[in-house]
Amino acid sequence: MAIVIFSSELQKFTGEERIELGVSTYRQLVDGILGRYPDMPAEEITEKAVSIDGMIIQDPLLDPVAPDSEVHFLDRISGG
Amino acid sequence: MSEAKEYKYVGTRRVRPDGYDKVTGRANYGADLALPGMIWGKILRSPHAHAKINGIDIGKAESHPGVSAVVTFQDFPEKSQRNPSAQNILANTKALYHGHAIAAVAAKTEQIAEEALGLIEVDYEVLPPVMDLDTAMAEGATLINENLKTAGLPEPATESSNIAARQELKIGDIDAGFAEADVIVEREYSTPTVHQGYIEPHACTVRYDENGQSMVWCCTQGHFDVRASTANLLGMELGKLKVVASEIGGGFGGKTIVYLEPVALMLSKKSGNPVKIVMGRDEVFKASGPGAATKSWIKIGAKNDGTFTAMQAKLVFEAGAFPGSPVGPGTMTVFAPYDVKNAKVEGYDVLVNKPKVAAYRAPGAPQAEFASEMLINELADKLGMDMIDIRLKNAAREGTQALYGPKFNEIGLVECLEQCKASDHYQSAVGEGNGRGVAAGFWFNIGGVSSAVIHMNPDGTATLLEGSPDIGGSRASMQSMAAEELGIAPERIKPIVADTEMVAHNDTTGGSRTTFATGMAVIEAAQDVVRQFKERAASTWNVTPDQVDWSDGVARNTAGDGEMTCAEICASAGRTGGQITGRGNINARGAGPSFSVHIADVAVDTDTGKVDVVRYTASQDAGRAIHPSYVEGQIQGGSVQGIGWALNEEYIYNDDGLLENPGFLDYRIPLASDLPMIDPIIVEVPNPFHPYGVRGVGEANIIPPLATVATAVGNAIDRPMPDLPCSPPRVLKAIQEG
Amino acid sequence: MAKVHVSTSVNGEPTEFLCDPHETLLDVLRNELNMTGTKEGCGSGDCGACSVMVNDRLVCSCLVLGAEAQGKEIGTVEGIGSNDSLHIIQEKFLEHAALQCGICTPGLIVSTKALLEENPTPTEEEARYYLAGNLCRCTGYDKIIRAVMDAAESMRRGA
Repeated sequence: MAIVIFSSELQKFTGEERIELGVSTYRQLVDGILGRYPDMPAEEITEKAVSIDGMIIQDPLLDPVAPDSEVHFLDRISGG
Repeated sequence: MSEAKEYKYVGTRRVRPDGYDKVTGRANYGADLALPGMIWGKILRSPHAHAKINGIDIGKAESHPGVSAVVTFQDFPEKSQRNPSAQNILANTKALYHGHAIAAVAAKTEQIAEEALGLIEVDYEVLPPVMDLDTAMAEGATLINENLKTAGLPEPATESSNIAARQELKIGDIDAGFAEADVIVEREYSTPTVHQGYIEPHACTVRYDENGQSMVWCCTQGHFDVRASTANLLGMELGKLKVVASEIGGGFGGKTIVYLEPVALMLSKKSGNPVKIVMGRDEVFKASGPGAATKSWIKIGAKNDGTFTAMQAKLVFEAGAFPGSPVGPGTMTVFAPYDVKNAKVEGYDVLVNKPKVAAYRAPGAPQAEFASEMLINELADKLGMDMIDIRLKNAAREGTQALYGPKFNEIGLVECLEQCKASDHYQSAVGEGNGRGVAAGFWFNIGGVSSAVIHMNPDGTATLLEGSPDIGGSRASMQSMAAEELGIAPERIKPIVADTEMVAHNDTTGGSRTTFATGMAVIEAAQDVVRQFKERAASTWNVTPDQVDWSDGVARNTAGDGEMTCAEICASAGRTGGQITGRGNINARGAGPSFSVHIADVAVDTDTGKVDVVRYTASQDAGRAIHPSYVEGQIQGGSVQGIGWALNEEYIYNDDGLLENPGFLDYRIPLASDLPMIDPIIVEVPNPFHPYGVRGVGEANIIPPLATVATAVGNAIDRPMPDLPCSPPRVLKAIQEG
Repeated sequence: MAKVHVSTSVNGEPTEFLCDPHETLLDVLRNELNMTGTKEGCGSGDCGACSVMVNDRLVCSCLVLGAEAQGKEIGTVEGIGSNDSLHIIQEKFLEHAALQCGICTPGLIVSTKALLEENPTPTEEEARYYLAGNLCRCTGYDKIIRAVMDAAESMRRGA
């Protein structure tokens, strides 16, 4: 099961810090999370970058999530 | 750390392919293109910091001899007027900062255009300017945007405010962390509005064509973004607008925003002529850039042995006249170099009557980490600890959970600290009366979308098209990486920054992404070429491609006899299936964070308050230095920009909110005579997600100088220096007031 | 206003042009003579990107009127070397990676040549002060100064 860890901001919607989800792609992950927290606006996660095992992906969709992956959502970074 | 691999071209110091044109004056920059029939555009700018615009009368300007077109906000198509960036490009009902663009004129000569600006009559109703954070956040403050409500509050805001957004990050239990501490320190800090200070002003030459052949030539960090913004604002399809990135004379984040191009294209559309607009230096300062001014408060708790138990910050960033300061990355980076279990950071994005802030090299991080690094040095002093030792004690390492979420993979902070500690500089005594400072910096670096194409020519030379404007030598790096993969000499590969029609979309050059992400696209394109080389050789020898070995630019038949060079395969390509093109269209994932640690020694003239940097050492983790000279150049250049930020640079506004120093004479960037050599230390802890280990080196280096230099100044005069810049008047005041 | 007719020499070539009385030498070079190697960074003599020689004197061409070129000898970056025969200063700038964006480079090449003609054996400090009028925002000057010192040494050895 992939472990998803929510930031303090996202915990406003999830009420919990850490969940486990049996998914194999980012897209399934998002569907799983939005299904679990129907009151959370989708853009709270879909507009964010994701970190899967420390690999930060700015604009994910089809990216794989391994069974023991640790996932975080974070604000997209732009740069100078 | 993974074992260092030997490369033939990666890691060598070659002459950059675009260098010849740059030392001879042949290279063409933003202002260097002239087209037949071209006329000149000029922008009318607000003389007020904050004013309601009751009307704009362009009649006299339009009928002035030699004037071909005048445009205002109302010339944007109605749908585009709702685009938030439209109101920064041309003011709508309010002028929001001194220098805000109000209208534009195109005329036969620059002088006529200038005269016509004086004929435009604007009915302003001057409003009180909101020029600093305290005024903007005060109860009952004058509102810059009457419809703005604070985002990110626990309960939705009901009242309008100049505070655009609040955000918060926390981990662990901050109260328990402070309760555990033997020592607690806290202090407030401030940094001024600064400018990226690129030497080339914004410039463009454009030609509108109703038949879908419109063209924009401009200096930008992202021509695909210029195309998207300009096409969107004019209601055009992307395929009908070509944007050509000229050579770019510096950007540092400031050339990621579109100012002139949509205006120029509207003028061209209205006049029927090609139009050129070049900003004057005063316009660059008044209406582009700046980096956000900030106020922050930091509190740190630690054990007597230096272990941090809790870190807390409140960061307040000026956004300028529109929401969107880099307070977000500020909150994420402020404590990122450290392993801390209990932390809490609040950030505020606040409107003031200044230009909309732009990205500036690691946007948000220098301001935020200035404050935290200053306080860490104060804590070290209080505990009697060495400035590097306290950082080593708490340094983030592989597996450390960052405050912003993920755990770090392999990172090079400890290596940067250790190499600085071992440096001759740090091992030498501080000169009599001088002061020394140390600070660290963290920046994420980013990946994103890049596209590259390699066309093989019949003689075995290669044309490499990539879409990332080359701001500091990236074509040299692309050439080396392509050569490494193809196994041919770099000189046989010509890297080109292609326009928007020659290569697919590329994200903007920024976030230290180019060598990392576009490099990956180039590597993929080269590997695509090699795959085809093997297929062609295999078909020639009637074997399978996996029976062909490719190395050093030669295909070898492992199932029999036969060798074919790259040139031989390319020469016969027409007969083996057509010419060979490789492509790499990627979304690069796994950008590797970069850390940087600096040491400065300064001397202070106690009669004048003038500070001289007498010795400077700067380390940074590059992951892998593709071209070490240009990695050093990034480290040295970022260091010096940071030194300028620490010592002299600041916007000075008068009581009416008018900018008083919009020129290089009074906005004092570092000169050759201000500086010593900057000793670079390249640390190489490879990024596991890049084929060569590249992290990207463009930004992290500007973070440490602020606290490094301010700490050194403070140590030289034995006073805290929490407010930047440490300019002569401020240093003198600190000495005198004690 | 009537244009001014100017006869001058640019990089050794006799050159004539018409300019407005208020037009700067920089604008004449760039807009009338299509010599865009000389760059404009500020228009107020603060950045040195437009450095040229007027009768062997190093000036900011944004502070000189085009009309003042009458009878003078103007030297620009275009007259210093070409891609197939670089001046030693240009070679050293490339070798030392003394440029990043390159917008200040033409001005620095012109200024460095003037420096080394005036003083073939500058100390590092002398080089830094002579070139203090040429702003560079990319490099932090380190590699520029190294290139200048190396060019000085090579020119002395070559002489």
